[in-house]
Amino acid sequence: MTPSLTVSGLAYAYPDGTQVLFGIDVEIGRGERVALLGPNGAGKTTLVLHLNGILSGGLGHVEVGGLRVDAKDRKVLREVRRRVGIVFQDPDDQLFMPTVREDVAFGPANLGLRGAELDRRVTGALERVGMAAFADRTPQHLSFGQRRRVAVATVLAMEPEILVLDEPSSNLDPASRRELAEILLSLDVTVLMVTHDLPYAAQLCPRSLVLSDGVIVADGPTPEVLSDAGLLAAHRLELPYGFDPAGRPG
Amino acid sequence: MGAGHAHRLYVPGASPVHRLAPQCKLVALLAFVTAVVATPRERMWAFAAYAVLLAAVAAVARIGPGLIARRALIELPFVTFALLLPFVAHGERVSVLGVAVSQDGLWGAWNILAKGTLGVVGSILLAATTEPRALLLGAERLRVPAQLVQIAAFMLRYLDVVAGELARMRVALAARGFEARDVRATRVLARSLGALFLRTYERGERVHLAMLARGYDGRMPATGAVAATPGQWGTAAVLPAAAALVAAAAWMGG
Repeated sequence: MTPSLTVSGLAYAYPDGTQVLFGIDVEIGRGERVALLGPNGAGKTTLVLHLNGILSGGLGHVEVGGLRVDAKDRKVLREVRRRVGIVFQDPDDQLFMPTVREDVAFGPANLGLRGAELDRRVTGALERVGMAAFADRTPQHLSFGQRRRVAVATVLAMEPEILVLDEPSSNLDPASRRELAEILLSLDVTVLMVTHDLPYAAQLCPRSLVLSDGVIVADGPTPEVLSDAGLLAAHRLELPYGFDPAGRPG
Repeated sequence: MGAGHAHRLYVPGASPVHRLAPQCKLVALLAFVTAVVATPRERMWAFAAYAVLLAAVAAVARIGPGLIARRALIELPFVTFALLLPFVAHGERVSVLGVAVSQDGLWGAWNILAKGTLGVVGSILLAATTEPRALLLGAERLRVPAQLVQIAAFMLRYLDVVAGELARMRVALAARGFEARDVRATRVLARSLGALFLRTYERGERVHLAMLARGYDGRMPATGAVAATPGQWGTAAVLPAAAALVAAAAWMGG
């Protein structure tokens, strides 16, 4: 089966000369849930922006569901942006339309969907995050946790091959955090979760990658990665006080 | 976080005025204001007639006079300027309450005051009976350039976000003992405005990124703007038609 995501030999320097990625090789199978861990400035965001061709021009290449990302081919780019759904960290950046319904419809409408099919996608995506009752509200009148869930719906409506979440648990209160976890676990989709919330990674992702200084320094089952105290310390990752990665609840 | 600025203007209701298609209301207001502006300022009875027309619309829409009066205060800065006119304008002098004022200036002040107030009250009625979102759809329907509608839509969405950021910055300043006491405070205020501009600019970039990630290619997807029925256009035409009659009478008679 074609993997959801293949990154081969990806290296990238920003136009000002700062090199951020130094040869990344990653493969993520269909249906996997993978955490991408790393300290601030490790290159996580730069890597994510390569997945749908917003950044490009370095060495190496990215394939999504077997389709090679080519930033010069508009048709390919359009399909890649459908296949890779990025949920950005600040929902106020992601929700820019006047109502929740229009925002969720923005992506599929750009794909050319109209009428009943579009409505079906919007309702379906909102139901999957438990926000169907809020379709006609304006985003600024929702709580932060609700906005984050709607942000997930805006991407689900495009029926992506892989869902990429940038710090999904940031700024959430414990209840919203748990609700989001339950929603993410209920989705039948490949997930790449960028975070430095290690317990959240342990709860949601069986596999973890550690990105540090532009290279992948670890790739394995999350409990193993999180139990390697030397590895975590070397890359400025820390478990919260009292958290035991081996003793995680069922 | 409080209710959106936009929603503070809208008064929910189900009156015939509320239900009218937004594009009809926009055109009706524009035509009404045109008739008002075209009326010679000496025909004072005509302006009274316009005011009666607006009062009738307000009554049908169930918008109270108190609310209209409070919102009309936005006009004050312009009115202040108008009130100065009789004193600074040249021309023949007349005596009002023992003070010599310019007759031409008096007419000028009346002209600004009457026409301005009628326009402001008309706009208040439009805003109170039409959701901001519907106004944008109406503008789109009237073929207002898409870029202008998009800019207005983003303004509507982000006004609260930016206002929230400004409020947080002010709290942060106050928390560290800042008080705007004299001119020296301008320096600090100017810097925080600069910082706010940068933050807003950066947010703009992030929003654009999020739009690209969901397939934005420069055009907003078509929205559900619906056509107005001839009946709605007919209803909406009542106000400007009556105003046009008044304007025509004002020009012919005296």
